[in-house]
Amino acid sequence: MLTAIVSLTVIGLVLGAILGIAARLLKVEGDPLGGEIEALLPGTNCGQCGFPGCAAAARALAEGRAGVTLCPPGGRALVGDLAAKLGVEADLSAVEEDVPRIAFVNENLCVGCTRCFKRCDTDAVIGSAKQIHVIVQDACNGCGKCVEVCPTECISLRPQPVTLQTWHWPKPPLAA
Amino acid sequence: MKLFSIRGGVHPKGRKELAADVAIAPVGLPPLLRVPLLQHIGTPAEPVVRKGDLVKKGQLLAIGQGMVSAPVHAPTSGRVMAIGRYVAPHPSGLPGRTVTLKPDGQDEWADLPPPLDPETATPEEIAERVADRGIVGMGGATFPSAIKLNLGGRYDLHLLVVNGAECEPYLTCDDRLMRERADQVIDGILSMRKALGVGRAIVAVETNKPRAMEALRKAGAGLDGLRVVGVPTRYPMGSERHLVQTLTGLETPARGLTADIGVVVHNVATAFAVHEAVRLGRPLISRVVTLSGGGIARPGNYEARIGTPIEALIAAAGGLEDRTARLILGGPMMGQPLADPKAPLVKGTNGVLALRPAESGESAAQQPCIRCATCVSVCPCGLMPLEMAARIRKEQLDAAVEHGLMDCVGCGSCAYACPSRIPLVQLFNYAKGRLTAVQRARHKQEEIKRLARARAERMDAIARAKREQMDRRKAERAARKKAEQTAPEAAAEKRDQETVDA
Repeated sequence: MLTAIVSLTVIGLVLGAILGIAARLLKVEGDPLGGEIEALLPGTNCGQCGFPGCAAAARALAEGRAGVTLCPPGGRALVGDLAAKLGVEADLSAVEEDVPRIAFVNENLCVGCTRCFKRCDTDAVIGSAKQIHVIVQDACNGCGKCVEVCPTECISLRPQPVTLQTWHWPKPPLAA
Repeated sequence: MKLFSIRGGVHPKGRKELAADVAIAPVGLPPLLRVPLLQHIGTPAEPVVRKGDLVKKGQLLAIGQGMVSAPVHAPTSGRVMAIGRYVAPHPSGLPGRTVTLKPDGQDEWADLPPPLDPETATPEEIAERVADRGIVGMGGATFPSAIKLNLGGRYDLHLLVVNGAECEPYLTCDDRLMRERADQVIDGILSMRKALGVGRAIVAVETNKPRAMEALRKAGAGLDGLRVVGVPTRYPMGSERHLVQTLTGLETPARGLTADIGVVVHNVATAFAVHEAVRLGRPLISRVVTLSGGGIARPGNYEARIGTPIEALIAAAGGLEDRTARLILGGPMMGQPLADPKAPLVKGTNGVLALRPAESGESAAQQPCIRCATCVSVCPCGLMPLEMAARIRKEQLDAAVEHGLMDCVGCGSCAYACPSRIPLVQLFNYAKGRLTAVQRARHKQEEIKRLARARAERMDAIARAKREQMDRRKAERAARKKAEQTAPEAAAEKRDQETVDA
């Protein structure tokens, strides 16, 4: 009887001590999931998800307040990554289009006001005062901030054109 | 020589007799040549001529960009009419950057670099010449050849394999080239061997081309370390990793290069182009291409300039006999449908086929998979096409990758052998393209993140600099004020002085 009580007490104390030390040594500051998700998001803080910036969106995702399909500029690739990170099933049908959208400047309407140039978070706009602006396609993720600030409405988001380098075979028709 | 066996493979009907016995015939100059700037794997070449320029035959039109690229030369003398976008020989029918050249009919050569003697030239000189003359792999893969000739420094190479297998049905352009220009092919092989720094070279020819083998043996008689070897007629013998395995028994590592096991493979047509470049200084501006299939009036092998429209080639071969024939670039197994016959001939085009519906077998209806595993037994890569296809059907691309999708060479044996006519290889091509697109999107996402971070840092730095400047000014102003307060006389004196001056 006594041996049982003593040995169990000793085991309990030892394990408790280990847990206590581990909790101190391996202490986690804040919620790591939010930070990990933020690292996946584009980081342009465009607000298309309805949250104030990518950090807020990441927190919402971590707390389960938002779905993995919230980020239009991220596209399907991001949906897949987020679903894998959160361990949920991704519903790709909610991501309407596969083709990434990027900004285009209608050169006939551009007055060279440089507002989009100042607004772009990824330096995708090239231009200076009273010069027609152009978008560097590779640097644009279609966040749409430039569309909002353009005074002449000359910027629109369009599907990125398919080129010889980006084209790939469609899925062949399959019998059921 | 002892040969090793490979697994799988199929025996499609050869149909080589359609074009094999007709000598290579030249094709005349078309009214306009369309020379694409991307005729190789890698970065498109950048034009060095302008609209309206007069160019000579063999003159540089566009220069290669970056590490993996190849220059493009003028196929004849004439005037540059435009540098713009024109339909590419590609299944999508999308346009690519193209130089349009109007021949002047003189066909006058530009100044060519001096001939090199492979005996005395250094390996670097030969590789540089091959790069400079725009030579790419002519078996269809169009990888810049010079890069493969420079592998000697990085890998421990011991063997050059020259691929004359030509395992695709219908195609006979390499067969004719080996028969008619065996001396030049052998000479090109010697140059390539010198550039690679290997002692041994094997020319592998499928046994269904006895006359080509005979011609090569005659041309290569008495040469040390050069062998012409007949390999079994089985598709896909011409796939480089399978050919190497047949010859050496060594398997190329997954997603590795044949150079990893000390072997480099080049096509026979590339060997011919290397001969022309080394001995004569000529760039790659024309090639031999097979026109065949039941829909072509006069099947045969034709030598045409790069940039000749496919429809002009078909016209040279007597035109189309059958309007319903399907046009294919390359062979019937791995070739790609041609979206527009106006597209030009490029360096990698080895065949133009017009297949009648009965030949292409497209009428047969697709049926459900019965799990007969015929595809598993024919797959030369040891994969399970039926399992991969089931995953891709459900869009589970990562699961397909786990089943070895990336080790698929796309030879099409599975789709050929499938009794249910399931488009297996088409599914794999779709999945590979899709995965590349996802990869590209992910890469772009990374790049966007980097740019956003860089901009945020820059903006912070600017704001900080502004604040610091403001603080400095404030401090200066404060210091001045303080100085005035502590030394009012001096300040007053100074003010007086100023009024006197005024």
